[in-house]
Amino acid sequence: MTPPPKKTKRHAPPVAEAHLPTDGELRRLAERVLRLSDADETEVEIDAGADALTRFANNTIHQNVAERNLSVSVRTVFDGCTARATTNKTDEAALRRVIAASSMLARSQPKHPDLLPMLGKQKYPRVARYFAETTEATPKDRARAVARAIGVAAAADQTAAGIFTTGASVMALANSRGLFAAHRQTRAEFSVTMMESDSSGWAKANSPDIKRIDPAELGASASRKAAASRAPREVKTGRWTVILEPAAVLDLVGFLFYDFAATAIRDQRSCFNKRVGKKVMGDNITVRDDVTHLLQTGAPFDGEGLPRQQVLLIERGVLRNLVYSRASAKKMKNKPTGHGLPLPNEYGEAPYNLVFEGGTTPVDEMISSTERGILLTRLWYIRDVDPYEKVLTGMTRDGTFLVEDGRIAGGVRNFRFNQNILEMLSNVEQLGPAVRAAGEESFEMVVPAMKVRGFHFTEVTKF
Amino acid sequence: MQEWANLALDTARVRGATFADARVVDIRLRDLSTKNGEVGNLAESESLGLGLRVIANGCWGFASTDRLTREGVQACAAYAVSIARASALAKREDIVMAPEEAFVDTWQNPFVQDPFEIPLERQLELLLTADREMRRIKGVTLAETSMQFRRLEQWYASTLGSRIHQVKMQSGAGIMAMSFAGDEIQKRSYPSSFGGQHQLAGYELISSLDLVSHAARVGEEAVALHSAVQCPEGQSTIILESSQLGLQVHESIGHPIELDRVLGMEANFAGLSFLTLEKLGKLRYASEIVNVVADARLEHGPGLGTFGYDDEGVPAQCTNVIKDGLFTGYLSNRETAPVIGLSRGGGTMRAESWNRLPMIRMTNVSLQPGTWDYDDLIADTDDAILMETNRSWSIDDHRYHFQFSTEIGWEIKNGKKGRMLKHPSYSGITTEFWNSCDAICSREHWTLWGTPNCGKGQPMQTMGTGHGAAPSRFRNVRVGVAFAKG
Repeated sequence: MTPPPKKTKRHAPPVAEAHLPTDGELRRLAERVLRLSDADETEVEIDAGADALTRFANNTIHQNVAERNLSVSVRTVFDGCTARATTNKTDEAALRRVIAASSMLARSQPKHPDLLPMLGKQKYPRVARYFAETTEATPKDRARAVARAIGVAAAADQTAAGIFTTGASVMALANSRGLFAAHRQTRAEFSVTMMESDSSGWAKANSPDIKRIDPAELGASASRKAAASRAPREVKTGRWTVILEPAAVLDLVGFLFYDFAATAIRDQRSCFNKRVGKKVMGDNITVRDDVTHLLQTGAPFDGEGLPRQQVLLIERGVLRNLVYSRASAKKMKNKPTGHGLPLPNEYGEAPYNLVFEGGTTPVDEMISSTERGILLTRLWYIRDVDPYEKVLTGMTRDGTFLVEDGRIAGGVRNFRFNQNILEMLSNVEQLGPAVRAAGEESFEMVVPAMKVRGFHFTEVTKF
Repeated sequence: MQEWANLALDTARVRGATFADARVVDIRLRDLSTKNGEVGNLAESESLGLGLRVIANGCWGFASTDRLTREGVQACAAYAVSIARASALAKREDIVMAPEEAFVDTWQNPFVQDPFEIPLERQLELLLTADREMRRIKGVTLAETSMQFRRLEQWYASTLGSRIHQVKMQSGAGIMAMSFAGDEIQKRSYPSSFGGQHQLAGYELISSLDLVSHAARVGEEAVALHSAVQCPEGQSTIILESSQLGLQVHESIGHPIELDRVLGMEANFAGLSFLTLEKLGKLRYASEIVNVVADARLEHGPGLGTFGYDDEGVPAQCTNVIKDGLFTGYLSNRETAPVIGLSRGGGTMRAESWNRLPMIRMTNVSLQPGTWDYDDLIADTDDAILMETNRSWSIDDHRYHFQFSTEIGWEIKNGKKGRMLKHPSYSGITTEFWNSCDAICSREHWTLWGTPNCGKGQPMQTMGTGHGAAPSRFRNVRVGVAFAKG
């Protein structure tokens, strides 16, 4: 863990400053909207955020941006029909207009047979995801942190590129049946790529608490990878034992998240269709959706205001449960789990707080126990090839190493993979401790590093 | 709205900015979708705000706000300047930009029918009818349809003296049928996958697509794919229909020619480009019949990359990217143009909305039509695989190695279209692939496709880009790898 940024004289307001509305202001704004609506039922969602991002490349800051916004989204219901309209203006005329737009849309469509009455008051689990120190980060604080990472690059005769972003957001959900829910959280993220003429390394971290982000250490880690992967050699494609660092695991398993939705099963587009209750992964894989996990983020309620429940999805490789919205639960004769998306939508629900159970084997030990394999730092441009067999394609990137006789033997040219993910999760030999991982292809989750046998590399690129 | 942009510039100047440009943007969106006979999403949104880009202490700063009040705009401008001054803590050189003229102008893309004026009931009825027609086919397990409309009005002002007002109307629609049977999910889409066709046009685009008359075929092909022959693995001649080829152009030509990517500015996320500076004017990118332009002008067509001026006040231009197979031009802006010796920015800067920084984006990057009639091309081909409608796409972070799969394929044997193939896929190295092109169909087979969801930048911005293409033939391409068991 790194010490907090030094306090400095401010020449600019901190990113989140006083712009974000308080819970009281959110409630009053929601009540204004609800009073103006003559719909059978009305729901209002308010989202406000203030974010800043300092971006660097070629060892200099080349983009440096900030934004603030507040939007009011209104869902009305008339005689079993519902629709949504959104504005980022909050004057009386704009609020009347957004209600009228929502009402016009709702009244213009056929009756929706699955629409349920809005929820009344609810109770939610407490989560603490707002850290004042994150909101106090100034452009200069971020620039100084970036300068430290650039210093690491310069000292190693490397080129650095990346971002440091900080921000805060608040959202509230209220409806005409008395429901009111609010959630406030902060976000800090640092990502860095270090490059040499024929190699690169990468590291990234994300947390609501800026104190948990250490730009210098992330820069040093990426720098070591760039140095260690110089002069990459080409090795043969085929089935390999691979060691996937947590970010690489995240970006693959993240593609499963919607497959756990009951609506995806009902629509017969999930890879778990006809596989509920069956063994779909190895004995050492257990997966939950748990918004209250200490390394997770997000609101403790879903798009309709229902409390998010902890759901055991995979238990020792067996698909035990799905997640349900209120509508899909009713259709499929089950109980809602608090994972519904804001209505109206065609996708139903999704688990946004996946937690994979970890093991005890650190990556170093995975390497030392590997006779011949590939160590993967980061994956890129992953896409579904076969949605039922869950074959994904993608590329390796920014730190791909050959492991021989228990040691890193050097960098290798990047591979294309075409890999069945259920097969991969059935071939996991070792698991590291579960950590909060940040990648590019998926939202953040809690996942471990994994050592996997028989990973399928199909082609090699030129670098 | 112009006054807010002017106030932002004035405040930035007082605070010490040596350059500033501001955009006030008002966006209206409408999204409709259906699934299995029911309305899925039905939503409208509007968003209004101001984004201000400044140079102070030789560095960039950008801030944006939704508070269009005197206090809100002035605070935003002060913040932008302070951000620029903070950037100077990690500065190597002062920003230098190619010169540009000041323009005072108004521009709007032509359209016939305002989609926001078409009754919603009529739009939903069209989608629900297409949805119903797809589900009439036995074996269709999921039918989805969608329409999107976007109106963007922008007031641009710069300290150079430009004052530019633009209005862009965009429409799009598509349908998709899925069939689950055995252990396969098969899918067909029309007119293209992942949302269909999108153009800078009004509701007349939707009418011209004639979604309903294609719905039954889409459903039938999705079901028929289950009993189709598996696409073989090996080397083959392939013919790509135009929407798949449009995406191929996007990924393996459009992105590599972005000069910010070439210069390392996107290295941490979108990546680099194999198209390093010494290759300009020297690299044999493609075979001699291949000509590619980046053309934002209205005369190129109603593409998603069509506009009057870009988001840094530079007029729309046409750049020759590949001329007779030779690599001849990058996508540039005022900041990067001097690096390659250009005296003017390429007019490619666009931002997703008021709260995003403009960056180099593809305009309409199009493969120019060739000379072949489509029927003649098929008749001229002894043994090939015809591939239609993208299903998956992936390319490395230098834009060298790619793999695509399509929804459906067809054997071409002895000049005739033969059996249906399932799970078609192909892969290759960008320059090797484009140098293997030996036939491009003529303008009457050419379509200007819209890609509404191109992602780039940090924070991520999605942008619409245009890609014209006609069916084309490529020799000795690797096929079938994506589904090889290995």
